Amino acid sequence: MSVHKPLPHDAARLHVTGAARYVDDIPTPPDCLHLAFGLSTVAKGHVTDMDLRATRSSAGVFAVVTGADLAQIPDCSPSNHDEPLLSDGTIHYAGQPLFLVAARSHLEARRAAALAQPIFQDETPILTIEEAQAANSRFEDGPRIYSKGDVDEALRIATHVVEGRLDIGGQEHFYLEGQSALALPQEGGDMVIHSSSQHPTEIQHKVADALGLPMHAVRVEVRRMGGGFGGKESQGNHLAIACAIIAAQTGRPCKMRYDRDDDFIITGKRHDATIDYRAGFDADGRLVGVDFTQHIRCGWAMDLSLPVADRAMLHADNAYLLPAARITSHRWKTNTQSATAFRGFGGPQGMVGIERVMDHAAHQLGIEPLALRRLNYYREAPLTEGRASGGSFSGKMKGARLETADLKGRGAVRVTSEGGAKRFGGAHSPVAGGQTPNTTPYGMEVEDFLLNEMTERLAEQCDYTARVARVDDWNAREPVLKRGIALTPVKFGISFTLTHLNQAGALVHVYQDGSIHLNHGGTEMGQGLFQKVAQVAAHRFGVAPERVKITATDTGKVPNTSATAASSGTDLNGMAVQAACDKIRKRIAEGVAAELHAEPADITFEDGLVRSPTAEMPFDEAVQRAYMARISLSATGFYKTPKIAWDRLKGQGRPFLYFAYGAACSEVVIDTLTGENRILRTDILHDAGASLNPALDIGQIEGGFVQGAGWLTMEELVWDAKGALKTHAPSTYKIPCASDAPDIFNVSLYDAANREDTIYRSKAVGEPPFMLGISVFSALSHACASAGANFPDLQAPATPEAILAAVGRARA
Amino acid sequence: MTTRFLLNGEPQTVEAAPTRTLLDWLREDARLTGTKEGCNEGDCGACTVMVTDADGTARSLNACILFLPQLEGRAVRTVEGIAAPDGTLHPVQQAMVEHHGSQCGFCTPGFIASMATAHLNGATDHEDQIAGNLCRCTGYAPILRAARAASTAPIPPHMKTDAAAIASHFFPVPEISQGESEGRGTASPLSSNKDSSPFIPTDSDALAAWYAAHPDATLIAGATDVGLWVTKQHRDLGEVAFLNQCSDLKGIDADQETIRIGAMTNMTDVLTAMAPRHPSYAEMIRRYGSVQVRNAATIGGNIANGSPIGDNPPALIALGATLHLRHGDARRDLPLEEFFLSYGKQDLAPGEFVEAVSLPAQSDTLRVYKLSKRFDQDISAVCGAFNLSVEGGMIKTARIAFGGMAGTPKRATAVEKALLGADFSEASARAALPAFAQDFAPLSDMRASSVYRLEAARNMLLRYVAEMSGQATNVLEVQP
Repeated sequence: MSVHKPLPHDAARLHVTGAARYVDDIPTPPDCLHLAFGLSTVAKGHVTDMDLRATRSSAGVFAVVTGADLAQIPDCSPSNHDEPLLSDGTIHYAGQPLFLVAARSHLEARRAAALAQPIFQDETPILTIEEAQAANSRFEDGPRIYSKGDVDEALRIATHVVEGRLDIGGQEHFYLEGQSALALPQEGGDMVIHSSSQHPTEIQHKVADALGLPMHAVRVEVRRMGGGFGGKESQGNHLAIACAIIAAQTGRPCKMRYDRDDDFIITGKRHDATIDYRAGFDADGRLVGVDFTQHIRCGWAMDLSLPVADRAMLHADNAYLLPAARITSHRWKTNTQSATAFRGFGGPQGMVGIERVMDHAAHQLGIEPLALRRLNYYREAPLTEGRASGGSFSGKMKGARLETADLKGRGAVRVTSEGGAKRFGGAHSPVAGGQTPNTTPYGMEVEDFLLNEMTERLAEQCDYTARVARVDDWNAREPVLKRGIALTPVKFGISFTLTHLNQAGALVHVYQDGSIHLNHGGTEMGQGLFQKVAQVAAHRFGVAPERVKITATDTGKVPNTSATAASSGTDLNGMAVQAACDKIRKRIAEGVAAELHAEPADITFEDGLVRSPTAEMPFDEAVQRAYMARISLSATGFYKTPKIAWDRLKGQGRPFLYFAYGAACSEVVIDTLTGENRILRTDILHDAGASLNPALDIGQIEGGFVQGAGWLTMEELVWDAKGALKTHAPSTYKIPCASDAPDIFNVSLYDAANREDTIYRSKAVGEPPFMLGISVFSALSHACASAGANFPDLQAPATPEAILAAVGRARA
Repeated sequence: MTTRFLLNGEPQTVEAAPTRTLLDWLREDARLTGTKEGCNEGDCGACTVMVTDADGTARSLNACILFLPQLEGRAVRTVEGIAAPDGTLHPVQQAMVEHHGSQCGFCTPGFIASMATAHLNGATDHEDQIAGNLCRCTGYAPILRAARAASTAPIPPHMKTDAAAIASHFFPVPEISQGESEGRGTASPLSSNKDSSPFIPTDSDALAAWYAAHPDATLIAGATDVGLWVTKQHRDLGEVAFLNQCSDLKGIDADQETIRIGAMTNMTDVLTAMAPRHPSYAEMIRRYGSVQVRNAATIGGNIANGSPIGDNPPALIALGATLHLRHGDARRDLPLEEFFLSYGKQDLAPGEFVEAVSLPAQSDTLRVYKLSKRFDQDISAVCGAFNLSVEGGMIKTARIAFGGMAGTPKRATAVEKALLGADFSEASARAALPAFAQDFAPLSDMRASSVYRLEAARNMLLRYVAEMSGQATNVLEVQP
């Protein structure tokens, strides 16, 4: 049995010995050229002249290419054909590539690029959401609006109305490995690309397009990335295309990697956003209607901004049943880096909006925040056969040893006596005239809601009520340092909202010695996808995972893949691999059925054996027999997600197969003199379905939480008044370091099987935990509120400066 | 020029330009690609290596801002040299596998180098030891578990061989010009100014004479700042001198009255020396840079470079430090605050250099407050240092200095004046707050706004009074 085991990452030994190879580590032929972009220093305008003499004569320079040197400037956009590789003379943001240098070394290319003297005709850039609004600079014809019920009427009759505005900063991915690509020219004009990309098919497509070749002439390989987080879904296109065109022109291999500063300055980041809210509550604290306006800053090109903004709308409800809601989404076009995919893909921004409403309402109505949240939850899912519970698997305090739990108890149907819904789902307990349907603002019924039960369990595990009292005591006693605590939920929709992307392919070979070669369309960026999928393959064949060779993602093996994104990697590729394995399994079973005195349908694969009820043989022997009987031992597998269909313009339908859930309780302390702050303790209970690999899933949860907390606290992007990004390296842009993780950090898996038919009933776990970081923001808001009587209106990111300002508002 | 050092136990004789970094040499020439480039400015730690000195001291350093001549006669151990020769994983490697401490794996070699160095040195303050290594995947929890799990394992024998190997290969250190060709080092055909030989003095007299005659040269101490001139600004440094072999500029001498710190003393050693004397200054140094940066950065470099956000000057000014300058055979002393004239301009003549800084030994009333977005390894938005003496309830002396509040590190003279003679109380502090606007008109930048800087600086005075009165004021000291 390989699934559900906490096996280490497949490359762990390679990682710790430095042997794991990334794009920049691949040995290159001696004639390899190294590329660098020369960048615009202004945000908007035109290049009137470009003096490249010093660049061209700089040591080691082989070629300098501008847009004017190209018959047609290749496009790098994943969506809208609006991202020329090099400027055509028009400048859209500070950092836009103007020209390309090819040199003997990386350092020489960079040094030469810095010597150029472009002359710009500046225009006033549109940088902020306010400026874009004033200029009506936007993507799409107007705002998208999703609505449910009569919001205006609900707000009119509401007993209490809370309203406000929340600014939410963006976020730099800061994958430790910067963007990189290597192009190797082949015979007949073909091209092989090694790319640090979450989307090899997109690289293949864009490179083929740039070279005027059919896709079959371009092969893209990705063994691993040094982190992705969404930042390598589309942002690697530029490097791969640049390498490909110079390689095609010169016949020489070309490599490009961004220096860290260039990576910050050129590539897109998480969308920053401003959310206006107006929410009505009844006297008991039940939300009756909410009106959100989401302003999303998209930057200069469309990239993936439309689906990002859609997902922000789709998560404006988070865990709460909104009887009436209107969500208006503006996608503002600005002269800044083109914002792109980042873990959560708009979901976090949408979710922070409703969590702010909850905190604000709790303060205004004088209701304990968690009680208010629970009152407004969706109703619990009806119990089904699929609901199961095993033990819990938890990583206790930062220092403690990770315990391996016995996960064999899985499958027992959960016995729930204290039905969460009955006790807490009050909201949705009967309003006059019957129950409000348990549906989202986009009309999808929430069939699998787990948070009543999960919240109850987490609140108990982390001793929430007693700790709230202790925090209050502390705050009454201490004048300078204030504590805050918050428990916030996450409900995150799983599936690409662009429905056709929910497909995957796999290729599995069983060799005659019984070893297995595994390939699929997913990419490995550290999340452990390859290991989880290898566990599936090993399990299908009943062999040890070591039998399965994990191979690099390769567009020549599995075609037409979707990006490894939307948390979908394991869901999609695991199922595709299962399908491929099962084809081979069936053929082997047919081949050896007679020998095992059984029907093929009665033959099983486990413990390294192929078994019938009366006989068995080693897997190797079965494979050998199948080979001798001229049976094909290679198969492709394919999967497409069922049930999903929706209309993104109307905002109606079922965009998601299911939801993944989580809840986090964080306690913080702030200094009301300086705004300095720290996370003291975090407890998390997260739903990864029946986890395929509890250790890797816990890793995603811990890492996602810290990354989410970083987004809402210390990670601050600052542009100057002319649109230049001033935080473009780790010296100025601070991601959390070791001491920023909570002192006490308890993470447990909820560990109940997915009610939907996913791979071994597991759930996606890449993005959802990111939003557990919102608990930190809420706790900081609580701490600020403890300093005075007013709602502190804390803005994100909650830097020390933002916290000190909020403390000032609380006391004003 | 030629540099001789040990790489994973093997002697190397390397011909390269003096500003070729160890990282580029490892990856491009030696083809050891385990050591990664994450930021090329010493902030992320992906390029961390262990470097052992002739005296056996093993420390972690960032290879991306370490120039090859700084390695003369030392031993480098990269991630490829941390497992035992037979392939047995080092305890920190084994623990990282068992505790799921790697996800994408790109930062992992740097963590392994930091953790193995800490393990060798018996350091168990794990959060500090890896504060200079950024990880974007794990949230650090499994890495800390691994560090704790490995801490009790015995040190593998091969990790203790570098000091003896240095002794056998390099003592006495041969004349640089007579270096014989061995090992696999290769000249880099790509580097500029490879023909210019840097000056590498072995004592301060030699430095003084040479620098007086070459006043336009660049002095390279720890290279934590100069390194970026090369890696980020592509500056041609022209004539350079490496001071790392000037042994008489290193070290700390203390007597009853004075503590004298040589300019080439690195911040790790300054931290050790300050911990018992001025714990608040030491705590600020703990948050100054990272282990890797403190191992390279020197106190003289931090002062001489004159940055308005350097963290040592406010603390040293508040302590009443004296700077010792030297030009040729001429020496002069001046109060540290007088050294900083205006932004980018110090009271330093061409050919003159910082020889040492000394501070009076005194009772400890110093508190240093370093304010930044992140606690560890971040540049201060404001760094405030307060040193008040009180007699009979009255403020008798006041030395207050700030970084980040002006174009230079600067004393808050108006605030000091407002406090002198007042009783030591919150009321007196509040009464002095308006004086801050006389002393400072700070800038707004990516680290903080001018309004916040001024407010936080004022509040630091209130914090000082509260802290000295026994009030809880430090979020880092709050228990969960």
